Amino acid sequence: MKRHLVSAADLSRDDALLILDTAEELAQLSGRAVKKLPTLRGRTVVNLFFEDSTRTKTSFEVAEKRLSADVINFSAKGSSVSKGESLKDTALTLQAMGADAVVIRHHASGAPARLADSDWLHGSVINAGDGTHEHPTQALLDAFTMRRHLNPGAGRDLAGRKVAIVGDILHSRVARSNVHLLTTLGAEVTFVAPPTLLPIGIETWPCQVSYDLDAVLPKVDAVMMLRVQRERMNAAFFPTEREYSRRYGLNGLRLATMPEHAIVMHPGPMVRGMEITADVADSPRCTVVEQVANGVSVRMAVLYLLLGGAVFADGSADSARTTELLEAAQ
Amino acid sequence: MTTYLIRNAQILGGSPQDIHLVDGAFAAIGENLDVPADIEIDATGLVALPGLVDLHTHLREPGREDAETVLTGTRSAAMGGYTAVHAMANTFPVADTAGVVEQVWRLGQEYGYCDVQPVGAVTVGLEGKQLAELGAMHDSAAGVRVFSDDGKCVDDAVIMRRALEYVKAFDGVVAQHAQEPRLTAGAQMNEGLVSGELGLGGWPAVAEESIIARDVLLAAHVGSRVHICHLSTAGSVEIVRWAKAKGWDVTAEVTPHHLLLTDELVRSYDPVYKVNPPLRTAADVEALREALADGTIDAVATDHAPHPAEDKDCEWAVAAMGMVGLETALSVVQQTMVDTGLLNWEGVADRMSHRPARIGRLTGHGRPISVGEPANLVLFDPAYRGVVNPETFATRSRNSPYKGMDLPGRVHATFLRGEATVLAGELVER
Repeated sequence: MKRHLVSAADLSRDDALLILDTAEELAQLSGRAVKKLPTLRGRTVVNLFFEDSTRTKTSFEVAEKRLSADVINFSAKGSSVSKGESLKDTALTLQAMGADAVVIRHHASGAPARLADSDWLHGSVINAGDGTHEHPTQALLDAFTMRRHLNPGAGRDLAGRKVAIVGDILHSRVARSNVHLLTTLGAEVTFVAPPTLLPIGIETWPCQVSYDLDAVLPKVDAVMMLRVQRERMNAAFFPTEREYSRRYGLNGLRLATMPEHAIVMHPGPMVRGMEITADVADSPRCTVVEQVANGVSVRMAVLYLLLGGAVFADGSADSARTTELLEAAQ
Repeated sequence: MTTYLIRNAQILGGSPQDIHLVDGAFAAIGENLDVPADIEIDATGLVALPGLVDLHTHLREPGREDAETVLTGTRSAAMGGYTAVHAMANTFPVADTAGVVEQVWRLGQEYGYCDVQPVGAVTVGLEGKQLAELGAMHDSAAGVRVFSDDGKCVDDAVIMRRALEYVKAFDGVVAQHAQEPRLTAGAQMNEGLVSGELGLGGWPAVAEESIIARDVLLAAHVGSRVHICHLSTAGSVEIVRWAKAKGWDVTAEVTPHHLLLTDELVRSYDPVYKVNPPLRTAADVEALREALADGTIDAVATDHAPHPAEDKDCEWAVAAMGMVGLETALSVVQQTMVDTGLLNWEGVADRMSHRPARIGRLTGHGRPISVGEPANLVLFDPAYRGVVNPETFATRSRNSPYKGMDLPGRVHATFLRGEATVLAGELVER
């Protein structure tokens, strides 16, 4: 690694642990009165969002500001993009404006890869979710959250931990990024979904597949519930919302069958009453809010490592420098 | 008219012979011919094939002259060794009336690089609802025999049945773009391992195979012939093989790109690999090559689909589907079929000239290289090795998936009824 973060599959175990460890250090910031580091002062980061996303965009923006970057929000709505400007011309414009990094969210799978592989712009490309392909920083924050609960400590991975990812795997960029990263970190992933919501060829992925949520839950260390969009019902992926909820929703009874230490995760936004009941969503075992906070730390780490200079070039952790910066900020 | 004496050409890969072209026909063929000629060509090491016939070309005119015109498209065809191309109907306006097909046909005649045989739309506006005036298009100067809604599938079974029946009156054929529309809504690439990983909407093989199965049964039921465009899956091969074994009048074509490229290339998200039907798997490629070799697949057809740069220089989802192919077709066939031992040059002549001409009922093309026949001829250098550079193409567009690839062979000369359209690898200005 790498100038870009396009796919979680591009991350080696060392890369991933470096990001998680750096994020742990940066997380200390959030407890302070002054939550800012001067690391990216004078660097320009563009949030290029072709798709509405309040959560992810806000999270990146907070991360960028805490690192003192100059932040430009470039939203497709109301800009020349909505008037038919191409991705290429948008990228050329951002390049001309001197973007050091572009955080891109796009409805088309592969758009960040196109930006990274093109000569349209020279800054780092960070994938903030592309179509039904990947969402690597979501996977990083999920792994960060799991590690804190299941195997805390710098340099540790998720070896042997069992993670179930439940719901619309077919259309989920979160599931794709997670299966890559969790496998890299040694976790054992099981996808749970009705057969209609699993991609063709799933049997070749590095994970187990089950159609039976009840059989999986007693063995998990973490269960990740994915949002299921109601409109999928109209395309006959499942018969009714109630049937989906009965077979694949997480309710209090099902939660009780999980090991006591196991956590419930959700990338948000949740559809209460569909894939998760309110009592589970509000239970102390549910890490949804924690995930949001961790998202900021992880995105800071990614920006810091991609833009911070020497750290990623040789692949070695420079925690001394991080500590130095943290001290300077006090 | 210029007379040519071609020395030492290997006709269909055979032993070297001289070929004398006079007044648009082969005047003499033999060893050490002693005949007068305006121009003598040393064809030592070159293979002589009958002028190639493409069943599936998008010339884009009228309507999308920014991508291709009849002039640039036929120049591209000549550079690829073609002497006749079938121009697909999905232009703007659609070639669904006698007026449009006559216009396209006349432009081809006027420019003189290659015969342009327009394909008529099966239904008005390619909408799949109402039959176009098929008879009028047949009776026009263009003499249309092949009808296709290519780009769209004639998915309504009744419309397809009626079209198959109706064109029997003038020995026409319906060329079906087999794509079940409901199974391919939002489809971006072959549905399989790669689409699942990339998160791109899948175009399943069954969407092609189910339509082919239906249409061969329909053709058998009404006693018509049917032609399958750009067949792309191993399952489609099995269905066509079965239909032919039944004795039904079914023909099929395969594109050069489906003989060489696979969906693994889509991992780059580079839209130059976006095409319809999509690139499939290595197993499909293998089945298609075998089927072309054993004759289950009758013809290689380019599906030459030019697009302007901006329609490919973008994200995958919004990119246009299609690849240019006229100028690389013979090279790809050499690499995939000849150099692999699956087909000899006689077989190449059969699949790229004789059979496509027969399917299109072109009487002046796809003829043997023998005295008295029209002198449609290509001289091909199979020993040439080079890197494909689309910037040198005669087509107006540059969307070639072979850019930067090493491909064997090069067209040295092309003759259309005795007139050179290409000499020494260069277009002859007309």
